[in-house]
Amino acid sequence: MAATLRDVTTYDLKLAAPLAAGFVLFFVTPLVILLALSFQTDPQGGHYGLTQYVNFLGDSFSLGVLGSTLWLGVKVTVLTLLLGYPVAWLHQRSPGWARGLIMLLVLLPLLTSVVVRTFAWVVILGRQGIVNATLSWIGLIDTPLKLLYTEGGVVVALAQVQMPLMVLPIITALSRIDPNFADASSVLGAGHWRTFRKVILPLSLPGIVAGCLLTYAAAITAFITQSLIGGGQMLFMPMYIYQQASTLQNWPFAAAISIVFLVSVLVVVSIFNALGRLSRGYANA
Amino acid sequence: MSDYAKPVSGSRHIDFDALSFRIVMTGIALMALVLLVAPTVVVIWVSFTSGYSLKFPPPGYSLRWYAELWNAWQLQFAMMNSLTVAAWATGLSILLGVSASLGIARSPTLTAKVLDSLFLSPLVLPALAFGLSSLMFFSMIGVPVSPLTLIIGHTVVSVPFVVRNTVASLAQMNPSLLEASSSLGAGRWYGFRRVTLPLIRPGIMAGGFIAFMASFDNVPVSLFLRDAATDMLPIRMWQDLEGRLDVTVAALSGVLIVVTIGLMLVMERVAGLSKRLT
Repeated sequence: MAATLRDVTTYDLKLAAPLAAGFVLFFVTPLVILLALSFQTDPQGGHYGLTQYVNFLGDSFSLGVLGSTLWLGVKVTVLTLLLGYPVAWLHQRSPGWARGLIMLLVLLPLLTSVVVRTFAWVVILGRQGIVNATLSWIGLIDTPLKLLYTEGGVVVALAQVQMPLMVLPIITALSRIDPNFADASSVLGAGHWRTFRKVILPLSLPGIVAGCLLTYAAAITAFITQSLIGGGQMLFMPMYIYQQASTLQNWPFAAAISIVFLVSVLVVVSIFNALGRLSRGYANA
Repeated sequence: MSDYAKPVSGSRHIDFDALSFRIVMTGIALMALVLLVAPTVVVIWVSFTSGYSLKFPPPGYSLRWYAELWNAWQLQFAMMNSLTVAAWATGLSILLGVSASLGIARSPTLTAKVLDSLFLSPLVLPALAFGLSSLMFFSMIGVPVSPLTLIIGHTVVSVPFVVRNTVASLAQMNPSLLEASSSLGAGRWYGFRRVTLPLIRPGIMAGGFIAFMASFDNVPVSLFLRDAATDMLPIRMWQDLEGRLDVTVAALSGVLIVVTIGLMLVMERVAGLSKRLT
């Protein structure tokens, strides 16, 4: 009887076979080929070795691109967390209609085309853009500031573009906190700041870690925003890969950079996942 | 969350601790919300300019750039391509993704767990690296890039959204409903159609919607897998922006923003979109 009961509530694992086959053919195989190609010593092929990796790791320019990309992700993630956490906090303590409005404002950038969102930042940060127009109208500046094609511009634009990825998991985490904890902390004499630091913040850590993971991964791979706001002077890993592959047709080197980038992303993801497990254990304790 | 319980002291002096906390948190939150919405407002605002540049504030207002969209055949052509590819990728994602979700959602086996991670992995891998590796794969097996390779690539990056939302819906479903339908004589297919499917339909719709938007907006995969004749909308817009700042792009952005808000509100109504994203 038990066997037949289980039979109706679960579906056959074979239903996953078509997608699994598709993924093996069109996702796993290409990545294996990418890995294989990265060991080719020259674009014409034939010989295999570690030449491409030696070239990448021995070149201070390439290492600089990798470093500035990973560092860009850190800056964007920190800014997004500082701005996004209060949004989640406000959502949590707002009345129903305001919650709906905040949710709409948070979701809108997530679903708007990345090109459109980035284009908006070109308009805002440009020489004749809204920031420069406002500053010169108040009389703070005489000549327009250079905001576009600066790293600060890239960081702010990316923070806006990726903020939903930070806010949504924190909203989830905050909604799971028993309000009695905050009340208990308050009754025991802790002020609002102390209650926030000692109770709310630690209990929302799983959401923070999940949000940071998504934001970081999205920020370092955000090809369009990086290239349109950063301009030609700033080079980050995705554009570097594209240039080597498309403009220079140097596939083995492009493959090697891709693998280095993939591994860096995977390392960061594993670190965040480990932190996530730790923080969940902490929050549930 | 309830407001924190009042301190027991009972004094009537102003609580600077509470005040400063609320002012700082609310202040930053409002700033962040302005930052979130500002770009959208600015794009719609400048799209009504009567001038030839994206100067802010606009020298005057008109609908000329929206009228210009009727003649912008390059953008229209790219838009049709993007819509077609997104429709195919979403259809395939729903077909393959829902089927796969049914297979793995309630299975405790290791295979199911491995497959679950595999199907979600395109979400964290840099899409550009995947696009490049796909191009290498297709050129190695001698398949030239075409709309077909484009649809395959888009399906790989879209299907995780369908799988994630469908698996979550299946996990929330009460299995005793299926037992009840079975004990009342319903066959497997009938039980799926009349019990499982209605319960997971909102999850599938939300996942399908996000998958569609992800494909429609995709640049990194399209860059490598499209042929020269298949211009895609986000790439067309991106290249227009790199060259000259065209105000037609602002008008098109305005249209896209309005359509997105409309679809979002519909999906919120029929599929509870925001609940599925938190």
